[in-house]
Amino acid sequence: MSPQPADVATYALRLGDDALVASHRTGEWIASAPQLEEDVALGNIALDLLGQARALLTYAGSLRTSWGEPARTEDDLAYHRDERDWLNVQLVEIGDDGDFGRCMARLLVLSAWQRELWERLQGSADATLAAVAAKAVKEVDYHRDHATQWVLRLGDGTGESHERMQRALDAVWPYVDELFERDALVDRLVDAGVAADPAGLREPVLAYVGAVIAEATLRVPETTVRHSGGRRGVHTEQLGYLLAEMQHLARSHPDARW
Amino acid sequence: MVTPPTVPPSAGSDVSAATHRAAAAPTSRSSQARVRALVAEVPDPEVPVLTIDDLGVLRDVAVDETGRVRVTLTPTYSGCPAMDAIADDVRARLAAAGHRDVEVGFVLSPAWTTEWMSGDGRRKLLDYGIAPPSGRAPVGSGGAPAGPVPVPLSVRCPQCGSPDTRELSRFGSTACKALWQCQACREPFDRFKEH
Repeated sequence: MSPQPADVATYALRLGDDALVASHRTGEWIASAPQLEEDVALGNIALDLLGQARALLTYAGSLRTSWGEPARTEDDLAYHRDERDWLNVQLVEIGDDGDFGRCMARLLVLSAWQRELWERLQGSADATLAAVAAKAVKEVDYHRDHATQWVLRLGDGTGESHERMQRALDAVWPYVDELFERDALVDRLVDAGVAADPAGLREPVLAYVGAVIAEATLRVPETTVRHSGGRRGVHTEQLGYLLAEMQHLARSHPDARW
Repeated sequence: MVTPPTVPPSAGSDVSAATHRAAAAPTSRSSQARVRALVAEVPDPEVPVLTIDDLGVLRDVAVDETGRVRVTLTPTYSGCPAMDAIADDVRARLAAAGHRDVEVGFVLSPAWTTEWMSGDGRRKLLDYGIAPPSGRAPVGSGGAPAGPVPVPLSVRCPQCGSPDTRELSRFGSTACKALWQCQACREPFDRFKEH
């Protein structure tokens, strides 16, 4: 069964929005990280995510012509959509409040999930998604390694670092479940061989993250709170502030170029 | 290298299309090789000692019968900010040689890997002070003998050749490099990451 282009476009937009918002949040650390090397590391990670986002948003925007709408460019989609039109998971939009542990907890979960996701999408029936995945999988593997090193170091570090790393995991954990949610659109794309089954990612992602947490002498948080809604455009208050900063220049000076 | 003068477009309207194509075919093949050589010399803006051909980001150069040039590039990393600069440099170099009708496109698949870096590129990197990625072909370092050489597990310092080196940071000045330091000569150096 061949997939509907509109479904593929929405799926690409979801994954692209994850990458773009995560890129922006990660980039906020540049010049504020605990070490100069970490400024560089987070800058590189943000850049990888930005590159993935550009490919995905460009693809999502180009697919619109297949149902008779004018194409939208990556910039149209990045700078000229309001909050409710963004389809990223809430995990990537929550702020770190200047807490480096939070940044690493988020990166650990996100990169572990993206690692499994892109690995599977390399075999997607959609050639563009497969090509993006083949590049991204190598990049997020490196991100996952970086987050792992920090979580181990902070968790199995001093009493203070241990306690703060645990608090960071506790803060991030209510946003983990949303990564594995399915809906009708994803179900259709899974049947068409285009999308990776989100539910199938749960076990390997949690196994990886759980092993890191255990080795870091931390504990897997227990929570009954599960935030959700990002895929439908429902977001935390924090996304609006993020977009205001990210979109301000492009909206104040439309069509400005370097 | 002398660039032959550009042949002006046929002014005579009496030349049949078939004759025109037959005459143009051999020229087009040699011009293809010439254009490819021209584009292959474009340096990487971040590691200018390497050409885009050495780096393996130049995937294809095609010239059609109308003289239109189509260059295909592939990014090293998804977010490599040098790609736009490379595309501009390719256009500028071709324009200087008289090629105005140029299209530069990007492909993601197959995904770039450091295995595509030429042996020449690896040597140039080393001479420039960047430890190259250890590929299959061992890179001669400091006059190492040719022939079967065991692939070293450690990264050799590009300054003094010592294998006593350590990684300072897995991320470096660009997406494709990591920051290392030599324990023998104490110099920090960039290392091109395996990818």
